[in-house]
Amino acid sequence: MTTINASRFVLDPTSEQNPSQRQILARPSSLKGLTVGLLDISKARGDVFLDQLERRLVGVGATVKRFRKPTFTKPAPVDLRHEIAISCNVVIEALAD
Amino acid sequence: MPSADVKSTLSDGVHVIVKRDCATCVMVAPLLTQLQSSHGIMIYSQDDPSFPDGAKVIHDADLAFSWHNNIETVPTVIKVVDGAETERIVGWLQNEWAHMFDLPNIGDGLPAYRPGCGSLSVDPDKVDALRAKFEGSLLVSRRVEIASLEDEMEALFARGWTDGLPVVPPTQERVIRMLSGTSLAPSDIVAIAPPDLVELTVEKIAINAVMAGCLPEYLPWVIAALKAVCTDEFNMHGVLATTMPVGPVIVCSGPGSRAIGMNSGVNVLGQGNRTNMTIGRAVQLTIRNVGGGRPGEIDRAAHGMPGKLSFCFAEDEIGSPWTSLAVARGVASDTDAVTVFAGEGPRCVTDQLARTPEQLATSLAATLLTVEHPKLPLAYDAMLVVGPEHARVFGDAGWSRGRVIEELHARLQLKGTDIVRGSHGMAEGVLQKYEQLTVSKFRPNGILLVHAGGGAGLFSEIIGGWASGAVGSEPVTQLVTNVGSR
Repeated sequence: MTTINASRFVLDPTSEQNPSQRQILARPSSLKGLTVGLLDISKARGDVFLDQLERRLVGVGATVKRFRKPTFTKPAPVDLRHEIAISCNVVIEALAD
Repeated sequence: MPSADVKSTLSDGVHVIVKRDCATCVMVAPLLTQLQSSHGIMIYSQDDPSFPDGAKVIHDADLAFSWHNNIETVPTVIKVVDGAETERIVGWLQNEWAHMFDLPNIGDGLPAYRPGCGSLSVDPDKVDALRAKFEGSLLVSRRVEIASLEDEMEALFARGWTDGLPVVPPTQERVIRMLSGTSLAPSDIVAIAPPDLVELTVEKIAINAVMAGCLPEYLPWVIAALKAVCTDEFNMHGVLATTMPVGPVIVCSGPGSRAIGMNSGVNVLGQGNRTNMTIGRAVQLTIRNVGGGRPGEIDRAAHGMPGKLSFCFAEDEIGSPWTSLAVARGVASDTDAVTVFAGEGPRCVTDQLARTPEQLATSLAATLLTVEHPKLPLAYDAMLVVGPEHARVFGDAGWSRGRVIEELHARLQLKGTDIVRGSHGMAEGVLQKYEQLTVSKFRPNGILLVHAGGGAGLFSEIIGGWASGAVGSEPVTQLVTNVGSR
């Protein structure tokens, strides 16, 4: 059985002159064959927009995986970010309001 | 149940801290109940809130009381008068308890003395978490969260914080434990770290020392080495930026180097000794992570060398026929110090036949001549690590440290005709104007003599230097201070 650890933190060993988040990769020229993550931020009717987006993406040859933040008022949990990072080539995070 | 979250001064009276899981505490428990009635003592239990039976007990559930009052043993009895601790008894000592409570016959029938048991607040399984809880707020570094399904070792690689080898994750608990090795405060600034000229705090050094694998008792040595390399004289910026293959070579001296288990003997410049390896590594990781000195960025070395991971060792002072390098550089004997030298990888001088000091000095000089290039004098220093079997040849003949260096210099006076550009078919060399002069290979203080190595083997090691003196790097010696926790 896999045990999910409690939150783990390390202390930043750097001068903290740069952001702790790593830089995003360059945008791909085509989405064909790539796995695209759609992050629903949990705002009302965002899913309607993302459903439409999913149909368009599948239409251009992408595989779509859907994710959802627990609440739009807080940043995505680190575990969710990690799951997206390891299972997708591209992520689309959009605000639908 | 009253809380024992006590950080303020203790109230006047007597305070006793106990736990049920302690035979001595159980033995004195009936006394404590009586003393509470007769003397109004305050009783704190670390484990069972109903212990001692029948007493009014404050449960030190989070061990805050024990932590802030430095309880190492239970039972501990603390007397407070006018807000100040005046007396402390550890364990059961009939005569001391009798004196404190003015009850000559207290504990009649009990043994005169019985030691206590370990306080839960110093339990090895708990102490790091307690230290983090009660002292963690001293740390100001950004906390970086690692996902629960993310491999923590890979997470540290991914952030670019390692030297290419795995590092120990710098958790708050580990960093606070590391800080127990120095009496300096985490916020103390000990140097300005090149190349980014960042204020280098003890906290940032401790984080990198954890990552390097250090134990807390190494930390004062890491701090001393960093103070030394961050001086203008040593010029760490230049040592990084140069295309030459050099890094800080750290030579540790003094009794403390032996106390922390440093190697000065077999395989002294090699792997296998945690202290040697991790002190040097912590210095490099700190320069990388805090100073920003990363290969391919400010670090422009064409080749580099393996010692840029870590190059740190101790002098063999006990077996040496000479005074130590540190003493030669002005440090009092039996004083802990580090000397840093901008050096490249070591190379071996083999001479298994020399039986006189003159023969051996001539062999060593012939190899020292080749540092950087046989035709390039005065621009580079060298560290000569003489092995015990070579040192014995000098020692038996009565050659002092000064004599050895003098004899080496005498054999390293180069004729201008041999070293000018173009001579001996080599374009490299000195300007033509030196042709009629005699030039010394090394400047007067340019040979640093160290005694170290395994007891068998007629070998010495030469560590070539980088641009010497004010134009490049000057060796720097720094005392090791602030040993032990605050």
